Amino acid sequence: MSEIKKLVNDKLKVADELLDGLVEAYDGECKRVGTRSIVRSDIPDGKVALLVGGGSGHEPIYHGLVGRNLADGAACGDIFAAPSPDIVFEATQAVNRGNGVLYLYGNYAGDVMNFDMGAELAEEEGIDVRTVLIWDDACSAAPDNKKDRRGVAGLVPIVKLAGAASQGAKTLDELVATAKKAVLQTRSVGVSMSPGSIPATGNPTFEIEEDKIGLGMGIHGEPGVKEIPMTTADELTPMMLDLVFEDFEKDEEVEALKKGDEIIFFVNSLGSTTMMECLICLRKAKEILDAKGIVVYDTIVGPLVTCQEMAGISFSITRLDGELKKLWDMPCESVCYSKMEG
Amino acid sequence: MAKENLSAEEVKAMLLHVADRIIEAEPELTDADRNLGDGDHGLGMQRGMNAVKEKLEGADFESVDKAFGAAGMAMISSMGGASGAIFGTVFRSGGKALAGKENFGAEELAQLLQAAVEGVMERGGAKPGDKTMIDALHPAAEKGKEVAGGPLVEALDAVAAAAEAGKEASKAMVATMGRAKTLGERSVGHPDAGAVSISIILRAMHEYVAS
Repeated sequence: MSEIKKLVNDKLKVADELLDGLVEAYDGECKRVGTRSIVRSDIPDGKVALLVGGGSGHEPIYHGLVGRNLADGAACGDIFAAPSPDIVFEATQAVNRGNGVLYLYGNYAGDVMNFDMGAELAEEEGIDVRTVLIWDDACSAAPDNKKDRRGVAGLVPIVKLAGAASQGAKTLDELVATAKKAVLQTRSVGVSMSPGSIPATGNPTFEIEEDKIGLGMGIHGEPGVKEIPMTTADELTPMMLDLVFEDFEKDEEVEALKKGDEIIFFVNSLGSTTMMECLICLRKAKEILDAKGIVVYDTIVGPLVTCQEMAGISFSITRLDGELKKLWDMPCESVCYSKMEG
Repeated sequence: MAKENLSAEEVKAMLLHVADRIIEAEPELTDADRNLGDGDHGLGMQRGMNAVKEKLEGADFESVDKAFGAAGMAMISSMGGASGAIFGTVFRSGGKALAGKENFGAEELAQLLQAAVEGVMERGGAKPGDKTMIDALHPAAEKGKEVAGGPLVEALDAVAAAAEAGKEASKAMVATMGRAKTLGERSVGHPDAGAVSISIILRAMHEYVAS
């Protein structure tokens, strides 16, 4: 395979240079702090703060989710690697307004260890920190084994909801409860068709046969849990949706998805899969959801949780209740995701 | 002639040799991780060891634990990722067990390895058999206790060999931690990249002492 053409400079400074560019894209709404964090410029005093973060290379998440009515800051790791405890601590100090900080991020071993060490540093400084892990990937472990589940594209609706909740939250506990509910009601299933590449080496993140699809891929390019023959959008879409439905059914902590349920439906491209393909899959998915009487309250579509030029797609479903629906309606603005008034 | 009872200055020189060896091994580590993870282990270790060199070169340490601790903090701060937390903890926790010691011999090696295993298991939650770097570090620590009474050069040769055997044994294991766990049975046949790193680190320590 010929080397992928990539516009980078020093291959070991990719994460730093992209963050400089991200700050520019925010036109003054956000600033860079510490080693490699980005925070909102005007966080009000006394606000319960929301901090996200993780490895870089998956833009526009995670740092692109910092914004109005979204996250207050992001601790940014190097490409595909968790931010160091120092970075997490610097970001925590920068977003803290005296009323506690929620860490909301995907469940990966490296992130958990580093965020935990960062939290230890923050607690030594008297900052109240709580953690809610995102584990929406239904294919990464059984429903009764959530500690082994990865966080994938579902983090976009989850951070949107938690960001809205953080605006009015009186206490850190209140925000923790809402964030946990959003996580509990969100499930994702993804597929991979071809790998992304590591910017520093040009190597592919994994290998897959040309005529195969990896079911249950991870956003870091972890190979899928099962390989199936390449197929059409209309054949693949019901297979993926069935896995989401099945997971809601099997999970004893949530009710099965049923007629009348209102959901956020998110079709995500992993990078090189085009908007055209996402829309074709969305069309089929909507037909299936309609037939089941599941109401799509709002749709998100596009490449928001990516892994370089990886080809693949994921579906995420977040079930709303009255509280979450109200939070969803709040407008928001960021580089990754924005929602208009009304 | 082999070195014995290293001074803090010699421990620093040993850690600089370890850093060079890991930096050289980047392609091997990247390749090992690509089979099971996302292939970033080699670059992370390379970055961490460059930070170790930056921090250690020109620094003076009053006791051996300070040199190990500085290396650990340099890795944690510069690397991030699971590797930064885990490999930084190896040197940081290991160093703490040697607080105030002015020399590093086989007895200190045993203490360092034992504290490192305990620190990493507490931080990461892995245990022997999970196909992680613990599968190289744990047998090395066990061997370290057996050889604590002998010369340092022999002790390091023995613990490096134990780590290498552990790395080889990790090929047959099914991954249950980290990103490789989703592969399940398909992880069999490849060694854990972290176990490869531990083997290289201990072998480099032996090379320095033997030289």
